[in-house]
Amino acid sequence: MSDKVNLRIDNIAVSVEEGTTILEAARKVNIRIPTLCHHEDLCVAGNCRVCMVEQKGSDRLLPSCAMPVSEGMEIQTNSLKVRSARKQIIELLVSEHRADCTRCYKNGKCELQELASEYIIGENGFIDLVPLKVLTIDNFSPSIIKDDSKCIRCQRCVRTCDQLQNIGALTVAYKGKDMKISSFYEKPMYEVVCTNCGQCVNRCPTGALTEKTYLEQVWSAINHEKKHVVVQTAPAVRIALGEALGMPAGEIVTGKMVSALRRLGFDSVLDTDFTADLTIIEEGNELLQRLKKVLVDGDKSVKIPMTTSCSPGWVKFIEHTFPEYLDNVSTAKSPQQMFGSLAKTYYAKKIEVEADDIVSVSVMPCTAKKYEADRPEMRSSGYKDVDFVLTTRELALMIKQAGIDFASLPEDEYDSFMGESSGAAVIFGATGGVMEAALRTAYEVVTGREVPFDDLNITPVRGMEEIKEAAVKIENPLPEWSFLDGVELKTCVAHGLSNAKKVMEAVKEGKVDYHFIEIMACPGGCLGGGGQPIPTSPAIREKRSQAIYREDSMKPIRKSHENPEVLQIYEEFLKKPLGEKSHELLHTHYTERNRY
Amino acid sequence: MTKKQLQRLDLIFKNEHDIEEILTKTFSKSNEEIINDLISSGLKGRGGAGFPTGLKWKLASEEETDSKYIICNADEGEPGTFKDREILSRVPHKVLAGMAVCARLIGARQGYIYLRGEYVFLRPQLLEVINEFHQLLDKIGLDFRVEIFLGSGAYICGEESALFESMEGKRGEPRNKPPFPTQQGYKSKPTVINNVETLAHTYSIFKYGADKFKDLGVQDSRGSKVFSVSGDTPIPGIYELEFGMSLQKFVDDFADGDAKAVQVGGASGFCVPRKKFEKTVIGYQGKLRGTSLPTGGSMMIFNSSRSMYNVLHNYLDFFVEESCGQCTPCRVGTQQLLLGIEAVKKGDQPSSYLDKLMELAEAMRITAKCGLGQSVANSFSSIVENFKEEMIY
Repeated sequence: MSDKVNLRIDNIAVSVEEGTTILEAARKVNIRIPTLCHHEDLCVAGNCRVCMVEQKGSDRLLPSCAMPVSEGMEIQTNSLKVRSARKQIIELLVSEHRADCTRCYKNGKCELQELASEYIIGENGFIDLVPLKVLTIDNFSPSIIKDDSKCIRCQRCVRTCDQLQNIGALTVAYKGKDMKISSFYEKPMYEVVCTNCGQCVNRCPTGALTEKTYLEQVWSAINHEKKHVVVQTAPAVRIALGEALGMPAGEIVTGKMVSALRRLGFDSVLDTDFTADLTIIEEGNELLQRLKKVLVDGDKSVKIPMTTSCSPGWVKFIEHTFPEYLDNVSTAKSPQQMFGSLAKTYYAKKIEVEADDIVSVSVMPCTAKKYEADRPEMRSSGYKDVDFVLTTRELALMIKQAGIDFASLPEDEYDSFMGESSGAAVIFGATGGVMEAALRTAYEVVTGREVPFDDLNITPVRGMEEIKEAAVKIENPLPEWSFLDGVELKTCVAHGLSNAKKVMEAVKEGKVDYHFIEIMACPGGCLGGGGQPIPTSPAIREKRSQAIYREDSMKPIRKSHENPEVLQIYEEFLKKPLGEKSHELLHTHYTERNRY
Repeated sequence: MTKKQLQRLDLIFKNEHDIEEILTKTFSKSNEEIINDLISSGLKGRGGAGFPTGLKWKLASEEETDSKYIICNADEGEPGTFKDREILSRVPHKVLAGMAVCARLIGARQGYIYLRGEYVFLRPQLLEVINEFHQLLDKIGLDFRVEIFLGSGAYICGEESALFESMEGKRGEPRNKPPFPTQQGYKSKPTVINNVETLAHTYSIFKYGADKFKDLGVQDSRGSKVFSVSGDTPIPGIYELEFGMSLQKFVDDFADGDAKAVQVGGASGFCVPRKKFEKTVIGYQGKLRGTSLPTGGSMMIFNSSRSMYNVLHNYLDFFVEESCGQCTPCRVGTQQLLLGIEAVKKGDQPSSYLDKLMELAEAMRITAKCGLGQSVANSFSSIVENFKEEMIY
């Protein structure tokens, strides 16, 4: 244990570990120092200079986010010198930012706006630099809008893209007055390696990076007389939506959310969790079939390890970065897209509405889902399977616009059919969840027994560790699966694309011999998705994760293959996993993409 | 000229052919002795910041790690400075000798000369000298090699931590300090980074002894200094002079008789008006601001035909381009200063706007991340303060 360092901040004595920054030390004694470039998930940058503080005896101010404490320091966070410098820095940032606040998507949720209001940035600021520059808006991507005129160059997005995700789609270009955040050869975001994960959107302090919103289109559909609007909600939305509506992190708001969706006017309020269960059946069977083909038939064309395909950010990542492994990706569509193709086929027929009149909306914790819904492969119903994708944040906005007092809503239940789900589906929203759900089902299919973990909780694949490994030994399988007797099923779970890259590199180098890999593009899995409420931090994600596993444990059904509606859809429509209908509607293929 | 001229010195540029002898002599001393020599000589960094060289070497020598580096900063980019180019063309072996002594002392096996991109023409001849030098090192048994790293033209890469970033193949952006280079420099290893001239001076100290060096100059500013003299002077060029002279003496010697201001230390230095020539001393003396001015050696003389508005405009133009763009005060502040003086000149802003700009310059000085942004205030404030009427009318 290292020695404690003693210092005084605003005359309050503080004692902290060596290596602590002044900012962290100040927070310990509840002194808030404003920051902009700082983010708990990212490395220290020290470039916005908003957090400057004064040290007694020192002429220059210190960046509290980057400066480690030292013994005997006397820090002032609000001296006249600090206030004057800080105010000027905020004024400078405002001068290079298109301060079109009332027309901005982030109005009321912008960290610069908040500081400008706190420091009363008045009329007599600096010269407005925005009209003097050519700053473009890139709105070509179906997921993300990048508006350079609102960028304050804090580089949170660059650090997110480079360090957290190890993509490098966003980078700094030029210097001096021309310095800006750009991409390879300044190409639009949709042409480069951007996976649409939206982690940059989650961390952008201003309106420079936002999701592309489809709110108006959804309102129009809802208000259209003839249209039957079907909405599906992803597992991770129900444990985070409350945050965007004034509730603390970690509240489960499933019932209230369903109520709200009905109040908003959606005709069918259904659950992506239903198709998450379906995904487990399809993907689990695909895995077993692959294992059989490899282990028994020696079929060289079949690839192991198989990876999950639920995360569209991950899918686009592998298409760009490891295209030689596309055959390893499960052909099963993501739950969103399975839902979409069933909504306009099976479900339309069931409720006796023309597929043409169905508008399929999904609410996702994700920005990449907007892109996924736009992929040309995702039209197997003969229509665009999912018409509009909203983020958790957009749904919160709809609820506010409709004047609904969310907190006081009664709890309600999803419609049937395609509204029933198991606990296994709920945990899709957390890293390791798909793996756990798949193992609960696959193990039972193979052995006829429940997976040998206490109360079905496969804890080795849970938690926020970057890369998790778990092995399950198969003993005494049913006769059909005798070739798996004694096989140790090796699995790996990774979240965040930088970890995905590490896993894929290990696979490529032959260092690992996994059978099944779960990868989610976002830190923490979907619960930390790019469409989730802002802010995000390790602590917030931990609370969301606890909520997800709480929801799982409360579900009467915990295993996908026991979801009665899933059983019914096979009986009535799909017939069998990996069958003809499944191939037509529930499976897809992938495309190699450029490396920049 | 009737007035007594400043004494021209010839320590740096004297071509001496005794490298082997000097190195052998120096290597016979203990590290402590060498460090003590350097410290007692009073040698301070000649890039402009003036960090005591002996202390820098000492700090790096105390770090315990597997590899360390010595880097010669030859990214001479300050407007009006051209002395390092001259030193590297005429006496590169002195620089190399200084690097070798430092390498042995701190325990570095690899050294680099970070050569300004525009000085690429120097590379062939430098490589030849380095090759010869390597043979000498082999002969005296020092495991040390020097390579040239060519810069790409960004002014900011002369800032030591941006220079490391650039060498590591990244964008040239200054790092947060601490950690300092002697703790974590190039490739995060302890690194001594010295200006070309500083290293050449160490050679003189090893040869002639610390006392000889200390005899020159004034308190806190010891030894000689190479000045790049330009502007309104009949005799522009490179001059080695005793440190600590008064600016008046310099002007008497070098100006054309009509000097109204001297910019000391380039665009990032201070502008001294005629009325302050007498009491301004060139060198480090106690507090850096005030009457004593540290300098990387750039002396730009302006006579009464010059518009100080144009001079300042030119400097700001330079900073607006050459800021790395990373930190707010420097990236945006430089633009605001430039646009601000333009607006006042055009009458779009009242002359009182200059006060706001002065405040901004001060804020930049105390908040910018590196020396570039911090020192914009030097030229800005000193020009606006002393030539306010030229800014307005």
